[in-house]
Amino acid sequence: MGSGNGQMLNLTLKVWRQKNGKAKGSFETHQVSGISTDMSFLEMFDVLNEKLIHEGKEPIAFDHDCREGICGMCSMYINGRPHGPKGGITTCQLHMRSFKNGDTIIVEPWRSAAFPVIKDLVVDRSAFDRIIASGGYVSVNTGNAKDANNILIPKTAADAAFDAAACIGCGACVAACKNASAMLFVSAKVSQLALLPQGQVERKERVLKMVSQMDEEGFGNCTNTGACEAECPKGISLENIARMNREFLGAELTTAKK
Amino acid sequence: MSKGFLKSSIGKKMVMGLTGLFLISFLAVHCFVNALIFFDQTGELFNQGAHFMGTNWIIRAMEVVLFAGLLTHIFQSLILTLENKKARPVGYAKIDGAANSRWYSRSMGLLGTLLLLFLIMHIYHFWTPSRLGGIANIKPLEEITYSGNVVYHNLYAEMINVFHNPVAVVLYVLGCISLAYHLLHGFQSAFQTIGLNHKKYTPAIKTLGAVFAILVPLIFASMPVYLYIAYK
Ligand code: HEM
Ligand code: SF4
Ligand code: FES
Repeated sequence: MGSGNGQMLNLTLKVWRQKNGKAKGSFETHQVSGISTDMSFLEMFDVLNEKLIHEGKEPIAFDHDCREGICGMCSMYINGRPHGPKGGITTCQLHMRSFKNGDTIIVEPWRSAAFPVIKDLVVDRSAFDRIIASGGYVSVNTGNAKDANNILIPKTAADAAFDAAACIGCGACVAACKNASAMLFVSAKVSQLALLPQGQVERKERVLKMVSQMDEEGFGNCTNTGACEAECPKGISLENIARMNREFLGAELTTAKK
Repeated sequence: MSKGFLKSSIGKKMVMGLTGLFLISFLAVHCFVNALIFFDQTGELFNQGAHFMGTNWIIRAMEVVLFAGLLTHIFQSLILTLENKKARPVGYAKIDGAANSRWYSRSMGLLGTLLLLFLIMHIYHFWTPSRLGGIANIKPLEEITYSGNVVYHNLYAEMINVFHNPVAVVLYVLGCISLAYHLLHGFQSAFQTIGLNHKKYTPAIKTLGAVFAILVPLIFASMPVYLYIAYK
């Protein structure tokens, strides 16, 4: 591992420790030293965990998978912001050069009734999965695959759908929102399909079911503060929320009660 | 539309936004009528405007709708705020709110509560005597007769009377500041909530909202200040 600009950091970490979902949990303070500015935030945690293991202590549980900013697993609320002080990135893409020698860093799990803590910094984000399962899919014909260019899609619609589809389900929007609202995530998932011809079959049903599932999971109500958009690592726009609200109103107005 | 609409998060937000926009339309009319005090030192123009607002039956009917709208707005905000508190039972130890949003967008409930306190005082000062003055003699108003032998409430004199007290002037200015910040977020937020967000129009809506949010409370706040200074 390189040593960046040659600087090594000594840091104080205040990390949330919680044995399981039922335990009370509290902050634990750790000193880490000799941290290269080239390390990612997760690598710094690896160093700390190795130290804890050598000392015979329980390592800190945290979620991670791809470590390249595409899976959305690395949920950490760092110094008051999801994924730390830099905008537009996940925690695995956050480098230690964003910190100064001697800094104290507070690390907490996502806080939301719908994302219960499993252990330490790991939360259960299956509420998102249940929202997707409720309507975030399209029907497709079986048989031979069709020619890819059979269906014409306006460039603007394709671009908007693609932008919405960039959402990686990381949950930073919920973590950042003062109301723990999931509107940015759900609106991205509603939009990516509502904008495309393939999504038309379930269009109304989809938005009704996904919003209803979102409410059932216990997420809060959006107040348009824009914190989600500002913290989203994939730049998902608030325009998606307005679109979902339109879709929802339209579907409500034109769907007969079963 | 299903019964569930008004129970859904988006439905409740739309009620919030629509009642908010309705209250904004009231503010525009209210501001216009009250600003008549700046155009006639004798107060006759304003008294006539207020008389029209108090006697025209369409406007009296709208007054009922206005109270219903305000109560709905307050009731809905209470429900939404309680639900939002429940959505994060364990809070963060450290929050860097300024990094991602404006403080007033995060303080709509607080600003609204300040507005409510202001409104209670304001209704007591002017609405009670002008509408209920006759009933049970709650603060009856002085009367004045202009040409045509029509008897008017002298609300202008009552304004001078109320704003003789510097404490009232300060409270009104503070109320207007709360209103300004509430609207600075609320005006554009209402459009976003009802789904009106478009690259072509949203910048104009945001500009209009900011102008309205600053101009209208400024005009309102200048009234007590002006009357206090003019009739000291
Ligand atoms: C009486 C006291 C009031 C209280 C307690 C109150 C409270 C609230 C709350 C909690 C919100 C939700 C925050 C949000 O959605 O961003 C809100 C939104 C709003 N309020 Fe008020 N408010 C009050 C009076 C008013 C008045 C007098 C007006 C207008 C003149 C107004 C206009 C709005 C608007 C336009 C919104 C935005 C709706 C949206 O975001 O969809 N409010 N108010
Ligand atoms: S909208 Fe952005 S912040 Fe929210 S889950 Fe998707 S990628 Fe993460
Ligand atoms: S570990 Fe996959 S996005 Fe960070």
